[in-house]
Amino acid sequence: MSEENAIVLKNIGMKFNLSKEKVDSLKDYVIKSLRRQIEYNEFWALKDVSLTIKKGDRVGILGFNGAGKSTLLKVIAGVFKPTEGTVEKHGKIAPLLELGAGFEKQYTGKENIYLYGAMLGYSKQFIDEKYDEIVEFSELGEFIDVPVQNYSSGMKSRLGFSIATIVSPKILILDEVLSVGDAKFRKKSEKKVMSMFDSGVTVLFVSHSLEQVKRICDKAMILDHGKLVAFGGIDEIAPMYEKMIETYELENPRPKKKKKKVSKKAVEKKESEDAAEKVSEETKA
Amino acid sequence: MKKYIDSFLNYRFLLWELVKKGIKLKYRRSYLGIIWSLLEPLLTMIVLTIVFGTILGTRTKEFSVYILCGRLLYNFYSTSTKSALTSIRRNAAMIKKVYVPKYLYTLSSILFNYIIFLISLIVLVVVAAVLNVRPTIYLLQAPIALILVLMLSVGCSFILATLGVFFRDMEYLWGVALMLIMYMCAIFYQPEKILDSGFAWVLRFNPLYCIIDIFRASVFGRMMNVHYFLYALGFSVVTIVVGLFMFIKKQDEFILQI
Repeated sequence: MSEENAIVLKNIGMKFNLSKEKVDSLKDYVIKSLRRQIEYNEFWALKDVSLTIKKGDRVGILGFNGAGKSTLLKVIAGVFKPTEGTVEKHGKIAPLLELGAGFEKQYTGKENIYLYGAMLGYSKQFIDEKYDEIVEFSELGEFIDVPVQNYSSGMKSRLGFSIATIVSPKILILDEVLSVGDAKFRKKSEKKVMSMFDSGVTVLFVSHSLEQVKRICDKAMILDHGKLVAFGGIDEIAPMYEKMIETYELENPRPKKKKKKVSKKAVEKKESEDAAEKVSEETKA
Repeated sequence: MKKYIDSFLNYRFLLWELVKKGIKLKYRRSYLGIIWSLLEPLLTMIVLTIVFGTILGTRTKEFSVYILCGRLLYNFYSTSTKSALTSIRRNAAMIKKVYVPKYLYTLSSILFNYIIFLISLIVLVVVAAVLNVRPTIYLLQAPIALILVLMLSVGCSFILATLGVFFRDMEYLWGVALMLIMYMCAIFYQPEKILDSGFAWVLRFNPLYCIIDIFRASVFGRMMNVHYFLYALGFSVVTIVVGLFMFIKKQDEFILQI
């Protein structure tokens, strides 16, 4: 049976200390412990999350800001070790989190391909083989020999995306990365991710856009204040999430409601822009 | 244990990349590049010889070689522990993104300094040849000192790297401690005066001094002090055990602090 499971989470809990003042020097520590002033403000970003994701599932993770979505992804990626519970993973994970954030600024693009590739666990021969492909996909051309500190943020993300997706992983973690680069590259990256889907990869996807989740995922979960509220097929979860947003708007007093509306409008505007871009792309083609 | 060895073998390439990165970035922006690792100890040696040899009057012609031996070993210990102390914080961006065993960052910052140190030994060979200090059979003891100083540095580095994550001011405290250690190493003075006084323990209980003495014994052609060897070896092994224990116990909390 376990052959069919990609990820099994059992009673995951993740605790953070949110002290008002951070005690991070020996001086503060000594003074404050003498005065008995050390405060530990516990905060559970995740609590009692248990779920089983089967191979080939494409799971969308929904929830408001601060619900624990990114924390959950980082726990699965192995960056955070959970305070409680166990994580079981079957297969290689490609984490596409904050692309390009881990680059060495003084290194050139080429040197970063090797360094970052090594971080992701690739071997030297593998990178040697795939080097041209990575450069080609990133569309960096001769900029590949320029130090990364002179790159634009779009160029960095493109390079990060190209390195991270050169393998065919068993489990793919996407944290709003499908909005990388310009419209042209975004289309290309979406196509690349879609082609990975066809090879039966397991996907975990975080996005604030329900539309995008609906398009990509076949299952979804809702997180709220660190707890797993619901997990099931997308057709079942999407209406629940819409309802959650509605009740949130009803329950909250005016100023927040106003803010929410604005952001919703902004989202709609962005989507219409996207559509416009797509149309212009198509007409160009 | 087998699990650790397997994971180490898997990450060999990354370790090498990190070591390479350390060496490359250290000299990237300077015209002379890696030559600096030769020039810098040579220039310090000249300054120290002038100050302590000529002006304060220890006039033997091998005094420059004597200084260089102590200075090279101390300098490796100092730069490697300092860089290991901040190794976790410096790589925070990476650690927050991708899972990689964290000891690789600390280990790589020691190893890249070790490689630079080994290169800088060329200076010693040249200066010794110029000043007519001939190699003897006792030179075979030199690898013992070179391995001991690496072990000592690894042990101390893991302790410091762990503390450095939780206490930012460790960096300054360690800077002061290193200065104290430097004066306790008899780098630019002859140790006999202190060894004959009531303060002999200052040198005898300093493992770095013991290692420097073994190294000098091999360069100047005498048998090493076996007590020093056993003490330095014991001290290094204990720091490695303590350091690894601390590091492994606390490494999952690092990410919450950086």
